[in-house]
Amino acid sequence: MEVKLRDPNIIMKLSRLGSFHQSKLSFLRSFLDEFKDWEYKKDLFDLDVNGHGTAIYSFKKKDRVYSLICFANKISDEERSDRVIATKWDAAFTLHDGVPAKQDIERLRNEVPKQEVGRLSYKELTLSRANKSLRVFNHVVESLSKGNQPDLELLKKVGYLYRTTAVYGSGKFGLADRFRIKNREEINGPFRLEMMLVYLVRQFTFDQVNHVAKFKNPMTAVNLDLEICKKLGIGNSTGLGMAPFIVNHPTLLNNWIMSREIALKKIREIKKVNTRDVELFKQSVKNSIKNITSWNTESEYQQKKITSLLENVQKFLRFMDKKFSFEANYPFNQIYLWLEKETCDECIEYIVSIMMEPFDDIVKPLIGEMSSEEDQYFNIPTNRTIEDLRNIIEKRYPDILKINFNKKENYKNFWFISKNKEEPRYADRFKEDGSELEQPLAIARDIKKLHNKLKIFRDSITIDKFLIENSDLRHVVRRAFIIEKFPYAEIQDNTIGEKVVPIDMLRLKLSFFGALKFDPRSDKWLRICMFQGAPLPQELKNFDQQWVYNS
Amino acid sequence: MKSLSEIETTSKRATRAAGFSWGVAEEVGKSIRLMELFGLAGIKNLNEYYKSRSSKKFENLNLINENNNADRFPFCPIMLGVSFLDQIRNFEKFNKITFNKISYPLLILPFLSRSSEIIGKKIYLKFDQYEFLLNLNVNISSNLFNQEYPIITNITEISILENEDNFSDQDWKSLYKLSEETFVEETDSLKQGAAGAGLTDND
Repeated sequence: MEVKLRDPNIIMKLSRLGSFHQSKLSFLRSFLDEFKDWEYKKDLFDLDVNGHGTAIYSFKKKDRVYSLICFANKISDEERSDRVIATKWDAAFTLHDGVPAKQDIERLRNEVPKQEVGRLSYKELTLSRANKSLRVFNHVVESLSKGNQPDLELLKKVGYLYRTTAVYGSGKFGLADRFRIKNREEINGPFRLEMMLVYLVRQFTFDQVNHVAKFKNPMTAVNLDLEICKKLGIGNSTGLGMAPFIVNHPTLLNNWIMSREIALKKIREIKKVNTRDVELFKQSVKNSIKNITSWNTESEYQQKKITSLLENVQKFLRFMDKKFSFEANYPFNQIYLWLEKETCDECIEYIVSIMMEPFDDIVKPLIGEMSSEEDQYFNIPTNRTIEDLRNIIEKRYPDILKINFNKKENYKNFWFISKNKEEPRYADRFKEDGSELEQPLAIARDIKKLHNKLKIFRDSITIDKFLIENSDLRHVVRRAFIIEKFPYAEIQDNTIGEKVVPIDMLRLKLSFFGALKFDPRSDKWLRICMFQGAPLPQELKNFDQQWVYNS
Repeated sequence: MKSLSEIETTSKRATRAAGFSWGVAEEVGKSIRLMELFGLAGIKNLNEYYKSRSSKKFENLNLINENNNADRFPFCPIMLGVSFLDQIRNFEKFNKITFNKISYPLLILPFLSRSSEIIGKKIYLKFDQYEFLLNLNVNISSNLFNQEYPIITNITEISILENEDNFSDQDWKSLYKLSEETFVEETDSLKQGAAGAGLTDND
């Protein structure tokens, strides 16, 4: 039986993309799998009694070494801010390519804490900073210093000791360009070094909290229990900076979604599933319930989604236990069709993610397909015709062509780059100044404009002739020819309309990172947790692959 | 040192700010990145050209012919470059394409380099005493590097080179003969077991 790939016109709607969950394809999970047999070391831990100073952690295999350099600094409570406009943080980090020399450490000590206004070099791969969750960090220090373990309820509620507020890579602020390292086998997957940085930062937070507690009361202090450490991750505050990324990297977006869709298709095409795989799937769904019940947010929007998700997953569990037999042919296809009919988007995508758990043979080869050589598709095939272009647009953008952009509500917002912080922002064009400096992210509107323009040209005219008079549409001409080859490359929604929820775009990207517990703080930013439940570095050689559900 | 990613992003934004469309700005971002990767003065020339646009006028050449003469103002190298890239498949019939007066002519190099890759042929460029060979976007050879290039050039010639060997038949034969010394003479019995042996080829 052949199952068709799901329709991009359904899957690429923002409401569906905003319902995606982490899976085995997620970057933090594939990072752990790739680096599990690397040698982990704490190379330097030079902190003062208050936990300020320098620490270095590394992963090593043969001649290759990646070193995380941490600079923990003293800041006052008034200076602590998760906003991107902050200029000081509790700690700043960079991932250095190789073993840093003394001169490197001194150079980086001056630059890394400055973050966006510092300068890195081609020897550094990623850059980040983080702030303490003060109430959790202080509580843990206090408890440990008295010889007690911290209050698990508080830890469960927050989930981390530190929150990062940005993780940069790929040439930002002088960091190494991706082309310098892209052929390394171990980073054949998107954002792998960003994941390494976050993972090692997590370990730093445990070491730092133990260190501070010990110096607070050397006689009575104990270390944070390793099982408790495992239950903690790293928080992250994410704003709109992330949203344009998925519009600006269409082939990359396609490859992420395509990998997920191929995995689902192949799983649905399995005729008979063996008992071990069935049990792994069922157990993962059952265990995952606590990830939903411990998902805390004050966002009404997200609370509704969580409530609906919990009800639907429980409904699915009842269906699976009482009405469904895995003895049937193509059981996962039947499950998928039932989910489509009986549950919400959030639940469909949740179960689709869990379906991948037993099938490493399907999932692992796809992980290597999730990067993209974007430059290969940059040139516009100007020898193609107007007819070709029109056909592509009509085939790939059916719903977008139905949007009426003469209505104010359909072009209400605009994307721009903030002068203060050079970060993407989103605003109402009828209330705020600056829409004349709009970024080229209103793809739906511009595609529709292009389609209208094509109507007055003869079918046989080639694109080079069209572009002579229509330079303003060049960016969407390029996109249309990319989308022809990459069906999941485009969000099939209007990203400037009145009803758009920008955090859906963030959620999509963060789900591929492997984030859990999305906690929207407005429609424009959210908090998440990464690596919560993940194995500690000393456990990597032999860890539970289903840690997301079992921890 | 600036990363190529920073160079591309800043060039793209500056191009948009200089009044070009976003699509053209994307082309310029990629092109300046390429120039800097190849060790050519992309940022310097782009910056100087955009500064000059506030006080000088330039002509946009949108449709390129065999001979292209700017009427009153020198050609804008950006629009000339983009047009060349778009129309490259139409130029193979021309022996030579000439332009009078191109402003900041070095800026057309990356567009020619990318064009060379599209048609799979080398492109030769000459202005003043400067010569460049654009080699399928793999590299750019020049008789002069690290020079102060002119801000305007009177005559620019571009030729699309046929795919021909760079060496003589005699050189090739001599080298091939040497390479034959790695071959082993086959016996008759081995020849009879090789692919296709024993079959009629007229079946």
